Amino acid sequence: MHDIQSLSYEEAHQQLEAAVARLESGALSLEESVAVYERGQKLSAHCQALLEKAELRVTLVDAASETG
Amino acid sequence: MQSYSVSEITRYIHGLFDGDPMLAAVWVGGEVSNLTKARSGHWYFTIKDAGAQLRCVMFRSAARFVRSDIRAGDEILVHGRVSVYEARGEYQLYADSIVAAGSQGDLHQQFEALKARLAAEGLFEQAQKQPIPEFPRRIGVVTSPTAAAWQDIQNVLERRFPMVEVLLSPTLVQGSEAPRQIIRALERLQRGAAVDVIVLARGGGSLEDLWCFNDEGLARALAACDIPVISGVGHEIDFTIVDFVADLRAPTPSAAAELATPNREDLLLDLDRLQLALAAHFRGAQGERQRDLHRLQSGLRFGKPLKALLQARASTAELQGRGNRALAARLSRLRERLNAAGQALEAAHPQHILARGYALVSDEQGALVRSAAQVSRNQRLHIQFEQDGLQVRVDD
Repeated sequence: MHDIQSLSYEEAHQQLEAAVARLESGALSLEESVAVYERGQKLSAHCQALLEKAELRVTLVDAASETG
Repeated sequence: MQSYSVSEITRYIHGLFDGDPMLAAVWVGGEVSNLTKARSGHWYFTIKDAGAQLRCVMFRSAARFVRSDIRAGDEILVHGRVSVYEARGEYQLYADSIVAAGSQGDLHQQFEALKARLAAEGLFEQAQKQPIPEFPRRIGVVTSPTAAAWQDIQNVLERRFPMVEVLLSPTLVQGSEAPRQIIRALERLQRGAAVDVIVLARGGGSLEDLWCFNDEGLARALAACDIPVISGVGHEIDFTIVDFVADLRAPTPSAAAELATPNREDLLLDLDRLQLALAAHFRGAQGERQRDLHRLQSGLRFGKPLKALLQARASTAELQGRGNRALAARLSRLRERLNAAGQALEAAHPQHILARGYALVSDEQGALVRSAAQVSRNQRLHIQFEQDGLQVRVDD
């Protein structure tokens, strides 16, 4: 199972949309819908955490920091 | 005696003209006379001085780029190639750009000539432009670290999409040294970790201040750059060669940062919709779908009206005008709605439903049994309570 924490916003968002679609299809057994549902919760929590981030990460790429 | 037809001798003369490198691309200055702008968009005119005159034609494809309107009597500089129009036995100048002579004529003239040449080479073609990614992970910024533009860009990125990683590739943005430094700054971003989009920006300035962004070498380096580039150079009205070559042109540095990123507010609203849809469809799977979807539509404007809400979000200027206080208020309201959504999700979890005394009945394959009609005598079933479960057999 791909670790959710390392997903980019776009990947997490797409997987959340997919989770909602699978639940919407209604073709899942009880166990499957619980699993999809719980993964959906984790994905949305991850998205929310990314969105709540306040500070920007800036790195300097100049002639001095050239490596190799 | 050797003789030639008119066509043969004219073709020979034509060859002489076309073979001469100077006539292939030349600036000629003179006074405009008998100018006609045909409906086809082509311009026919003559430029003259005290001793001679030269017929000129400027086809629509070049004429539409000419910013300054020309009239009979104007002193102008015309750039193009001199060749022979065989049918009329005349030589004429096929013009690709025109500049008003005098004052900034020189700088402006160079700008128009370079623009015409690069346009003819197809460097500005729409087909060359790369699409801008919707969710960039890494944004490269090429600007001067001490300029206000860099501060504006950071403010916009922090407000709109703070999870993005920003790589500042610093450079001079003015003077003769600038083009070479900008080219190297672009190269640095194409070597290291994968950058998804580059913002090339500089604050406002005069034609001379922005001149380094009209450098041919820089224009070609930009065209060759395989990462999409958004240019934000000068003010709204300033156009530099870089703006024509970039994959997307923004009127200002802040606008460039906006075009490079999605807006966090839209994403929070969208996430809100998704979380509630997750809960609704999950509960739906257990037979409570209609009630939840109704609550969703009325309470939280789910679906099309929400899309309209997303499109109508406040423009940057308005937001900055009202300062960050209004933004903080909006974000906290969104946070409340998300918490409400979180609770809805929590409540929908089966554990809570079972805790309220419900039990889930399923057959041996784990499929949910919803009505007596689904089962037959002696069939083995499983009943799931909150903490434990039972194996049972149907008696009738």
